[in-house]
This record gives sequence, structure tokens and C-alpha cells, in this order.
Amino acid sequence: MSERKQVRFRGGGFQPVSIKWVGPLVFVVLIALIEIGTRSGVITALTLPKPSDVFATFVELWSTGALWQHLLPSLTRLLVGSALGAVSGIAIGIAIGLFSHVRAGLVPLVAALFPVPKIALLPLFVIWFGIDEGSKYALIALGTFTPTVVATYGAVDNVDRSLIRMGQSFDLTWRSIVWKIVLPGAMPGILSGLRISLAIGIILLVAAEMLGAEYGIGAYILQAGSLYDLERLFAGVVILSVLGVAVSAGIGALERRVLRWRV
Amino acid sequence: MDLVLKNVSHRYGDLAVLQDVDLHVPEGKIVCLVGPSGCGKSTLLRLMGGLEQPVSGEITQVGDAPAGCLNPLTYVFQDFALLPWRTVEGNISLVLEDHSLGERAAEEIISDVLARTKLSEFRKALPKQLSGGMKQRVAIARALAVNPAVLLLDEPLSALDSQTRELLMDDLVNLWSRQSVTGVYVTHNLQEAVRLGHVIAVLSRRPGRIRQLVELDSPLSERRADDPELQRQQRALWDAMREEAEAADMELADV
Repeated sequence: MSERKQVRFRGGGFQPVSIKWVGPLVFVVLIALIEIGTRSGVITALTLPKPSDVFATFVELWSTGALWQHLLPSLTRLLVGSALGAVSGIAIGIAIGLFSHVRAGLVPLVAALFPVPKIALLPLFVIWFGIDEGSKYALIALGTFTPTVVATYGAVDNVDRSLIRMGQSFDLTWRSIVWKIVLPGAMPGILSGLRISLAIGIILLVAAEMLGAEYGIGAYILQAGSLYDLERLFAGVVILSVLGVAVSAGIGALERRVLRWRV
Repeated sequence: MDLVLKNVSHRYGDLAVLQDVDLHVPEGKIVCLVGPSGCGKSTLLRLMGGLEQPVSGEITQVGDAPAGCLNPLTYVFQDFALLPWRTVEGNISLVLEDHSLGERAAEEIISDVLARTKLSEFRKALPKQLSGGMKQRVAIARALAVNPAVLLLDEPLSALDSQTRELLMDDLVNLWSRQSVTGVYVTHNLQEAVRLGHVIAVLSRRPGRIRQLVELDSPLSERRADDPELQRQQRALWDAMREEAEAADMELADV
């Protein structure tokens, strides 16, 4: 009689599943380790502050109202700057996607602009737009503009051509084809570009505030850093992280709403 | 309305795709275009509806489109070409929105075509929720909504499994026997051609020319899949095409 052998399972894997509790657990364990380390003296006070002290600083920021004093100007700058950059970036990106002449003219320009560290241009912007909010808006706007343009025209290029031919075959107007086929079709790419743009926006926000602002998270972190006040420095960094997570969650919510049709 | 092709030739660069095609699509008849793969039958269909321009020859519409026709030459595509972000009714209203019909009139048209394609219950569904057969029904409903003079069907059933194809063929026959339709139906499936065509035009391999025109007289509604006469016709068509198909299959692609 021939030998019997069970068929060995070889499939499976390579399929990320969402495990909700691991992420927070990593945070909790890490913070707990640092707390134990700083309390026991393994980690010196010069290396890292006690997480509990950072928390106390944060509570103090909250209760004195200093939190909003710094957070509100920062949020305004981020909102105005990235709105300017994203809206103009989407508009230019769509124009590049639709018109060959615009593409030929602007793609090299955007490519030249993209790798320039925008922070290097801040002194220039101070001359152009003033030391106040203007230069900060301009910096954040330019920083979010380039990645948005690139993501948007890439997304327009990727819109299913057979859907556009369908629109033409039903004699839809050019306007209808752009508004009802190209724009919604490019939306997934535009939104994922926005995710990157806004992260860059936060980085530039802090950079701009470090180079000349009285209030703002960046200014707060800079002050704490020059006094080597690690508790305040870390409190500021935590606020930035939370801001980043909130922005990303906001875009995630927007994606779920706008892209419900996706498979 | 008739559609008349005269001496139509087409090439992509150096590659001749169609050569001197003459074809007459008479009103109220379905003309099936069959031929080996790569013979240019889909290209011919795109030329007929103005999605591409022939290098030479002319394509003319003869006579008037029916009253209330919004888009005389209307396609049904193999890949359905539904907007995934619009519901079933949204996909149909898409082709009506540019005609400023008014909400009531548009709503009437949508309800009517959905009823005719048995989709009334699914008007709020998104394409991703529908099976392939249902998606193609939506695309057919969309084409009916503009009340076309000539329907241009590009392998409409080729993306579907054979059972769904059978069901949809019955639906098409039902639709077309209630209201006479002028159509051009491109397919590589000879069974579809003998079931749905009044005239079958057999194209040669590339560069495509019309090799043979076969007229089938029996009314669509009386044709059965197991009808020996149809099977004989299908057999004869295949015998005529077989060599060409074999030769086309052996060709090296020059791209």
C-alpha cells in the first residue's frame, strides 16, 4: 500500500490584519520603561526627563492657558498656509494633468522647486512678505504646494482612460468630463498626496516658528531647548506628535467619507 | 437611421489594421462583426462611433435619429465603463445631466430604463456591490437612456461567465424584440453572433476586410441555442474562419 501524507499548508501570510491594541501597548510599555529608568537613575536627568514630569508640565500648560496661547497661532499658521498650498497645488496639478502645454511648461519648474529646502528661503520670504505671519504662511504654502502638485497630476494621469472615452462617447461636455470623471477619479491620489503635504506642513511650521515667533509650538520648543528645560521641550514634542496623529486621522476620516465607493 | 461605411481603411503607424471596409448597417437590424483576434473589429467599431478617425474612407449617418434621441451613436463597452463613485441611478443620470431635461423628465427616463433592464431594486447600489452581469445591465440601461439611433456594442458579454452570458443574451433578445433596435455587435463568440445577429460580417485577419456577409432570416425571439439550423450556421462560420484564426494566432506581435 502506498504511503499517505497530509497535504502541507503553504498559503497564508502577506496579508496585514489590523490588531488594535498593539500600537497603544508599545507606547505604554516604552513610557513605563523610561519612567522606571529615570526614577531608578539608570537614565540620568540630563538624558531624558521623567515622563510624569512631562505630563505635569503639560497639565500646567493647560491650566495656565499657555497651551492655547501657543497652540492657536500654530494651528492658524498650519491651516492658512497648508490651505493656500494645497488648493493652489491641486489646481495647478489638475491643469498639468489636463493640458500638455501647461505640463511641458510647469513640470520642470516644479521638479526644480521640489528639492529646495524651503526653510532656506525663509529669509527671502521675510523680505517679501514681512516678518509677521505672511512669511510663515508663504513658507508652509510653498512646502505643501510642491508635493500636492506632483501627487495631483500623477493622480490625474492615472484616471481610467476608458471612463473618459465613455464620457466622450456620450457627448458629455468637457466641463462634465473634468468635474464628474477626472476629478473624482483622481481623488484617492490627491488625498494620499495631501497626507504627505500636511506632514511637511507641520515640519515647516515648527521651523518657521523657531526662526522668529513669540508664540507657537516651535517657539515654545526653542525656548525650552535653549534653557535645557527637557520637560517643556518634551511637552512641546508630544503636542506636535498629537497634532500629526490628529491631521492623519482627519484625512483618514475624509478618505472614508469621500472614497466610500472604493473596493 | 442607417450607418454606411465606404472604403474605410485605418492604420496605426505602419501597421494596416483595416482595409477598404464597406458595410451597411440598415435601420432595425443588428449587424454582428466577427473575426479572429486582432483583426480590427473593435477598431472598426470605434471608428463607427467617432472615437477614432479613419485614415481614409467615409462613415455616414443616413436618415434622422428617432425623436427624443440624445446621443445617436451610443456604445456599450466590454469593461462596462461605470463610474465606481456613482450609484446605479447616478451612472445613468450622468449621461442625461448635460441635456437640461429637468428633474422630472430625467427621473422618468431613469425609472423606465431601470425597469426595462430589471434593475429597479438596485438603483441606490454602487457598482462594487454588483456582479459582472448586473454591471453590464447598468451599462445597457445607460445606453438605452439616451434613446440611441444605433447601439455600438463592443464585446459586451466577453467579460462575463458563460451562464451570465446566456442570461444576458435572453435579456437582450427580449429588449430588442419589444423595441426594434439598430446595432453593431462586435464579438469573437460565434454563438452570440448567430443568436443576436440579423447580418453577420466576417472579417479577415489583419489588415481586416469583410470576407463574407451572412444573413440570418429567423426572428431573434425564435432562435434557440440548440436550434440545429443555427448550429449549422455557426459551424459554417467557424469553418470559414478557422484558417484565418489559426494564422492570426501564429503571428508574432510587432509591438
